[in-house]
Amino acid sequence: MSLVREHDLHKKRRSRNAAVALLLVSLIGIVLGLTLVKVTSGGFEAVVTSQEGR
Amino acid sequence: MWAVGVAARASDLWEFQMSDASLNPQTISGDAEFGDYFALLKPRVMTLVVFTAFVGLLAAPMSLHPFVAFCAVLFIAIGGGASGALNMWWDADIDAVMRRTANRPVPAGRVDAQEALALGLALSGFSVIFLGLATNWSAAALLAFTIFFYVVIYTMWLKRWTPQNIVIGGAAGAFPPMIGWMAATGGFALEPVLMFALIFMWTPPHFWALALFMRSDYDDAGVPMLTVTHGRRSTRKHILFYTIILAALALAMAFTSAGGYVYGATALVLNAIFVKGAIDIARRDEEQCEADNFVVEKKFFRFSLLYLFAHFTAILIDSTLLRLEVFI
Repeated sequence: MSLVREHDLHKKRRSRNAAVALLLVSLIGIVLGLTLVKVTSGGFEAVVTSQEGR
Repeated sequence: MWAVGVAARASDLWEFQMSDASLNPQTISGDAEFGDYFALLKPRVMTLVVFTAFVGLLAAPMSLHPFVAFCAVLFIAIGGGASGALNMWWDADIDAVMRRTANRPVPAGRVDAQEALALGLALSGFSVIFLGLATNWSAAALLAFTIFFYVVIYTMWLKRWTPQNIVIGGAAGAFPPMIGWMAATGGFALEPVLMFALIFMWTPPHFWALALFMRSDYDDAGVPMLTVTHGRRSTRKHILFYTIILAALALAMAFTSAGGYVYGATALVLNAIFVKGAIDIARRDEEQCEADNFVVEKKFFRFSLLYLFAHFTAILIDSTLLRLEVFI
């Protein structure tokens, strides 16, 4: 038996923390996905070319 | 004000940390669930933003990588949600007065107003920067302007000042298809302007029809509504006026690259029904309405939801058929 009784506040915070963790993982996925798409489809080539032209 | 809010929040946190929640059986008010923060983003409004931005993006002559397109719509939706959170931060006082909005997270006390402000500002910056990085900076600038327009021009300035507030607020909701188009092409064209005009001109008849049969509590909150400031007779004429212009704009779209056979047929039928409904509303008086419990106004309002959804769906179908080269 747990020494500390779980309060409603703990339950709320656990679900909130889980949702924030999920959001952060999604953000990492989005940034990674966008980077992969941009690199593989030549999305960064225009930037590199314009910088080389300076 | 910001510094005071942060200090107050820090003080709350300090008090909480000093008293173990497991020893204190009382629930601490203001400790919101994740759903409360999500509610700040006005998810129902976000669905319209997502749908119209998606149509604008897909109807554009240039195509994006599917993942970039998904991210673009997501960032536009987050931008729309951010403006919703900023709207709830500013309007907490009138939301508390009105029955429809009294249970929103800020007036209900579940989320601190300063938290809504922080969330709104953070998501605004995030959505604009990421849309710029994912697509182009023209689309990002237009998203930033949309947030500014909704929060500063509409919410802070004109909403409590003019009975044309619905018209102006409609403009903010009309930008997403334009942002979607710009995300795909990087520029403007007649088609996204007409999509903007479609939502812009649709909003007033839609909301004024609702205002006619809903005994609104905007008056208690001090928000000027056309039904109160100019009377119900004038509101009926306004509905007809805007509906006629809307029909002309909706039919004009059929002759652009965004409109095809499906859109043309849809627009012809739906606008005929919509204009007929607006004429019926304009001809009615209050005695008739009370007698039949606003049956025509309610029907017009329900139809207006279908009207907008069907127009954008028709654009989506035509653009898909065009991509599949069905009509060529």
